[in-house]
Amino acid sequence: MIALSDFLVVSALLFVIGLAGIIINRKNIITLLMSIELILLAVNTNFIAFSRYLDDATGQVFVFFILTVAAAEAAIGLAILLLVFRNRRSIEVEKLDSLQG
Amino acid sequence: MEQLYLWIVLAPLIGAIVAGLLGKVIGRAGSHIVTIAGVGFSCAASIYVLNYLLGGGEVYNGTLYTWAVINNISLEVGFLVDNLTAMMMVVVTFVSLMVHIYTIGYMKDDPGYQRFFSYISLFTFAMLMLVMANNFLQLFFGWEAVGLVSYLLIGFWFKKSTATYANLKAFLVNRVGDFGFLLGIAGVLYFFDSLDYATVFGKVEAFAATNATFDVIAGSEWSAMTVICICLFIGAMGKSAQVPLHVWLPDSMEGPTPISALIHAATMVTAGVFMVARMSPLFEFSETALAFILVIGATTALFMGLLGLVQHDIKRVVAYSTLSQLGYMVVALGASAYAAGVFHLMTHAFFKALLFLAAGSVIIGMHHEQDMRKMGGLYKYMPITWITSLVGSLALIGTPFFSGYYSKDAIILAAGASDLGAASSYAYFAVMSGVFITALYSFRMFFLVFHTNERFDEHTKAHLKESPLVVTLPLILLAIPSVIIAWPSAGEMLFGDFFKGAISVASNHDVLAQVGEQYWTGAVGFALHAFLSPVLYLALAGVGTAWFLYVKRPDIPVALEKQFKALHTLLSNKYYFDEFNQKIFANGTVLLGQKLWKHADQGLIDGVMVNGSAKSVGLAARVIRHVQTGQVSHYAFAMIFGLVFFLGWLVF
Repeated sequence: MIALSDFLVVSALLFVIGLAGIIINRKNIITLLMSIELILLAVNTNFIAFSRYLDDATGQVFVFFILTVAAAEAAIGLAILLLVFRNRRSIEVEKLDSLQG
Repeated sequence: MEQLYLWIVLAPLIGAIVAGLLGKVIGRAGSHIVTIAGVGFSCAASIYVLNYLLGGGEVYNGTLYTWAVINNISLEVGFLVDNLTAMMMVVVTFVSLMVHIYTIGYMKDDPGYQRFFSYISLFTFAMLMLVMANNFLQLFFGWEAVGLVSYLLIGFWFKKSTATYANLKAFLVNRVGDFGFLLGIAGVLYFFDSLDYATVFGKVEAFAATNATFDVIAGSEWSAMTVICICLFIGAMGKSAQVPLHVWLPDSMEGPTPISALIHAATMVTAGVFMVARMSPLFEFSETALAFILVIGATTALFMGLLGLVQHDIKRVVAYSTLSQLGYMVVALGASAYAAGVFHLMTHAFFKALLFLAAGSVIIGMHHEQDMRKMGGLYKYMPITWITSLVGSLALIGTPFFSGYYSKDAIILAAGASDLGAASSYAYFAVMSGVFITALYSFRMFFLVFHTNERFDEHTKAHLKESPLVVTLPLILLAIPSVIIAWPSAGEMLFGDFFKGAISVASNHDVLAQVGEQYWTGAVGFALHAFLSPVLYLALAGVGTAWFLYVKRPDIPVALEKQFKALHTLLSNKYYFDEFNQKIFANGTVLLGQKLWKHADQGLIDGVMVNGSAKSVGLAARVIRHVQTGQVSHYAFAMIFGLVFFLGWLVF
């Protein structure tokens, strides 16, 4: 049987990859959305691992909700992305800085 | 009696309110009737009160109304009516009544007739509040109220720029004095925990025995008694126009003449003298303060008299004479001869009011010409004014048997008997020389106005006639007490126990008792004593000199003026007090104000505090705004970093 710590290591790796994707990525918003998905997946992995290990189904219920919400969020995110591209003819993250002080 | 005292005070106030607010409705005659009725009632009632007290009536000291109580200090309205108060009440209301009657003639054609009557009645109310007070707060109220009315009346002809300048000056100079007075009252409150006369005077002996001191300027110990007394006296210096706060009084002659007589000669300016006499239980415990008073009074008496010699305006001569006589009163106070000071206050009120009203009568006759160089020989045209002026002048210079003699001689003898070291010698010298000066300027004025050749033009001559009865009647009524008032009263007031309980003198200061023992043998005997003392001869010499210089040889004064040009310039510029005040205090204040405006207002408050705080917010924002890059990745990084940081903090 795979130990709990192995799951946690995988999920931590996923989380850090997602995080690095957000921070390092300067060009593409789509990569950003994908990185967010990765972070969510890391969280889901954690949930499932703990659920199995603690023998409690609640964690898995959570994962279903998170997956649903993540799907909706990805849809909205892509829609926004489309509008941004239409208005600005670019989806470069660095150029989206109209909130700069 | 309590009701009566209240109504004595209220009657003039009612008159003032009616004439002031309803003047248009009741008309000119209506307003003088209502105010004269008010003051007339007060006068009659005051005489009744004096009579009642002299007949063994009880001294009244009571509170009518408690305004507020703060930390056991009650602020009250109350009356203290003893012999001193009653005498002042009679003097104030009597002179005021005379001036009211006189005003009917003097202000006949003035458009501000009702306003004038309202003011002088209001003045009478304020002055009565002052003299009848039984606590320091009410005294201060009266003190300020008379100052206010004085301000209003000096500037009565407010379209004249000199009048508005003069009233502002009077108000400002008085403010200097009042500041001292207020400090004195604060000192009394601080050390005695009370504002009530009786309480304070009851505690003073025990307090003086403790020799309390306090730091006025850090590091120097001052006797508390001396500081309180000198502060109170500074108030008196402002109100009673003592050097160097005298500068407002000559200028106050810009007001109408009845006011000069009532306020700036007879009553208000003597408030300081009255106040010091009332506070005699305090002043007796500070010889330093008494010596200070003596020096100030003596300086005023001598040097202000000298100024009267070079003035050409008839009212200004009388004004300087008033200053000099106030100096005499203050000398009496300094010598602890309070009774003599108050007695001179009373006689002076009569004859100086008389002289002022007579000057006013001359001014009416001359069609508002006040320059003595354009008068002369008026005795033919204005016989009543002439005679009454003569009576007033004789009383002023201290001719034996006239009232002025008794009061003035008592002051001179008291100054001679006083024992305060160099201050006493100086005061004695000043009042002695003052006698000669007084005689000289009084008769210079008298001769220049009523004798010598006629120097006015034909047009004036055609209209020149004696003033109407409303003007001459007060002159006659004032001339009578100017002559006789001292005969029955001098013995009791100066050497008897008329002021018993009202004025207290320490036994080692009691110069009047010494003088009385030595010289007093009844009114006639005291007057005959004059022929043995140099005082009478000094006065005679003064009259003689005046006659010689201005009637016999009018060319000599002109020659003297050329000979002693420097001295004459000094005198006609009034010792440069006005210039000094203008240069140092007025310009200094303006300069200080400008500097404060530039540096404190614009620099510190506007620049550093108001705009400065806005600027520093802007500056901080300019630095901090760089945190907001608008880059999502930065925000995300900050979020994660924060999360890790706080989680780490929580876990370890």
